[in-house]
Amino acid sequence: MTERLDLPDAEWRGVSRKYAVVEVGGLLIVGIIMAIATSIPAFVSGIIWFAAIPASLGIIFLINILLTPRRVRAIGYMLREDDLVFRRGLMFRRVVAVPYGRMQLVDINRGPLDRAVGLSELKFVTAAASTGVVIPGLPEQDAEELRDTLVALAESRRAGL
Amino acid sequence: MSDPREPGEAADAEPVLPPEPAAPAVALTVPESARRLADGEWHRLHPATPFLRGGIAFVAIIGVIVVNARDFFLDRVFGGGREFEFLERFADSSLILLAILAVLVVLLLSVGGFYLSWRMHTFRITDELVEVRSGIVFRTNRRGRLDRIQGINISRPFLARLFGAAKLEVNVAGQDANVELAYLGSAGADDLRLAILQLASGTRAAEAAAATAAAPAGVGGLVESRVNELLAPELDPNAAPPESIVRISIPRLIGSLVLSEATVIAILAAIGIITTVIATGKYGWIFALLPGLLGLFGYLASRLTRSLRYSIASTDDGIRVGYGLLSTTNETLPPGRIHAVEVSQPLLWRAAGWWEIKINTASQAASSSGATAKTTLLPVGDMNDVHRVLQLVLPSLADEKSRELLECGLAAGAHDDAYVTSPKRAAILRWFSWRRNGFVLISDAVALRKGAIWRSLVLVPQARMQSVSMNEGPLLRRMGLAELRIHTVAGPISATIGALDRGDVVRFFDEVAHAAVHAAGVDTSHRWRSAAVAPEIALAPEAAAPAAPATAAAPEVPAVLEAAAPAAIPETPATPETPAIPETPETPETPATPETPATPETPEDHA
Repeated sequence: MTERLDLPDAEWRGVSRKYAVVEVGGLLIVGIIMAIATSIPAFVSGIIWFAAIPASLGIIFLINILLTPRRVRAIGYMLREDDLVFRRGLMFRRVVAVPYGRMQLVDINRGPLDRAVGLSELKFVTAAASTGVVIPGLPEQDAEELRDTLVALAESRRAGL
Repeated sequence: MSDPREPGEAADAEPVLPPEPAAPAVALTVPESARRLADGEWHRLHPATPFLRGGIAFVAIIGVIVVNARDFFLDRVFGGGREFEFLERFADSSLILLAILAVLVVLLLSVGGFYLSWRMHTFRITDELVEVRSGIVFRTNRRGRLDRIQGINISRPFLARLFGAAKLEVNVAGQDANVELAYLGSAGADDLRLAILQLASGTRAAEAAAATAAAPAGVGGLVESRVNELLAPELDPNAAPPESIVRISIPRLIGSLVLSEATVIAILAAIGIITTVIATGKYGWIFALLPGLLGLFGYLASRLTRSLRYSIASTDDGIRVGYGLLSTTNETLPPGRIHAVEVSQPLLWRAAGWWEIKINTASQAASSSGATAKTTLLPVGDMNDVHRVLQLVLPSLADEKSRELLECGLAAGAHDDAYVTSPKRAAILRWFSWRRNGFVLISDAVALRKGAIWRSLVLVPQARMQSVSMNEGPLLRRMGLAELRIHTVAGPISATIGALDRGDVVRFFDEVAHAAVHAAGVDTSHRWRSAAVAPEIALAPEAAAPAAPATAAAPEVPAVLEAAAPAAIPETPATPETPAIPETPETPETPATPETPATPETPEDHA
């Protein structure tokens, strides 16, 4: 397989390896709920073939869980001179560049799983909904520092809409 | 009156403008009445407002009551004087009195309520914001920042036109984020818009205030002025230089509707149903046509009325789009408020050479009809119109090279022009369009050329671009391809182009990312006039050279001044002032504008 879409000579900053725990936890919860829900028809009707649905779902989730560490390693961001570059995805790779001046607001979110391992998620919001820069798996301290840096950078390069 | 007069779209620091400082001119005279409304104090709306806003239903109810009561009384009086009825009436009379009393109370209460709501509905316009307060029990207060204005819309529903009223909507960025002033005096609305735009443009209030002490122009009879307003052309001939105006002729409009896809679908459906009728012999099937036909006619009629008397013109404060036969609407989009432009051509229009232009703006209307009108900038136009409209929208694309690239973008598309197109291996994904599918940077805009059957060209000015991304999925990766996406504010246009060579995409991604930062840095269109002066002076030496090939933009400038000047003169009774203005005394003030900007934001922009 050919190499993935990337910027030449880019130095990406990765996110915390602990984020894999959050991802796996989330996948496990969703997977278990869905497996239970989809296995109801098999129990109720007694038709054994209905069990194929939860089984295939389980395989998909298993593959997903096994790929999680690699997917977490694929997440990266980079503070360039004038813009923030973010990349994520193994199968579906996405690289976004957002000029700092385009920032409308920065969110920091912590889900229950994030909190358990002391991580935060930083969301960079522009006027375009499709920008979608969400940097997960930042240690709390880093997330707040990054937010302050971004706000300061945006302030110094403020642009119109 | 000494506004640093720029011919409008100086937004992206484009060097098209002539650098001569003889610009300060007379054109922008805001009449006293409008300036009074925009003085920062609270003002009330047109007295007929409650009636126009919801009173019509009330009047209808009263009408129904009156008609019924008349029947009732006629029946009672002339229905015969029999004893029983007389007695009955006697017995009823107290109830009747009660009923009349109740009606009177309701009437008084509602009149009082309308009056109160009118009293409580106030607005003010300051240097920084426009604010509206309304409501009796539930108070609402809405403020819009002037430097975030995305457009000002004046609409005149037919009834309001009869009363000489107009609705003014100040659109700021966001979903359903408009400050509505409904209703204002019709003539006042245009002047008020001018005043608001003048404040928003960053022209200093002091300069503006130094202008005129205008007296109300000779007020003729009330009826006469109403009739004049009704018969007046939709676009005031003084508002824009005539050569910048794009109109749609009625034959072309009808042709474009006939050749639209909706008609084709309707015809196909009709053929299908007629064959069914012939095959089955059951004529009942014909009725299946009816709802479809009604829908089609409704759609065509609404498109037709919306495009009648359509005009796009360049005014001093941006692009003015006006339309409507009975109910008229016109919107002014200040420079730099258009986030993406798409020129597209449905297949059926190709023979006629017609194109449609859509835009993305940051303010989204809640009502669907308003939204379509706002997002369609040019419902139909030929190549010439397209170029003129693009020049209004993106003035930096006026030079010869850009024009050539634009023409390439709209043409069938050879594989060897300046556009970077999909490689041959992408033909599996883009069967017909792989030769056309491509991108290029035109001046300061990103151009994405797409589609072979439904041709389109998407232009995104980099100063407005929010971010850029490149994507790939498993399939694209195997083929060594990638997708490029320019993110803009939400709208009908999505600036996405897929199936391009990965190396090209990575290079273009980098190029666009850097160019966008640069463009945003020099962009000052949120206070377009105050800001335009600074880059203008900075760029002066370079500006001289590219200004020369700017073929169409250059003649516009004197036209603006000439066209607008006669409009200004009748408003100034102090005639000695008028000739004084084109002279120099005010010019020293002009360079002062960048040094003392109207807002604290301006210096940061240059940081």
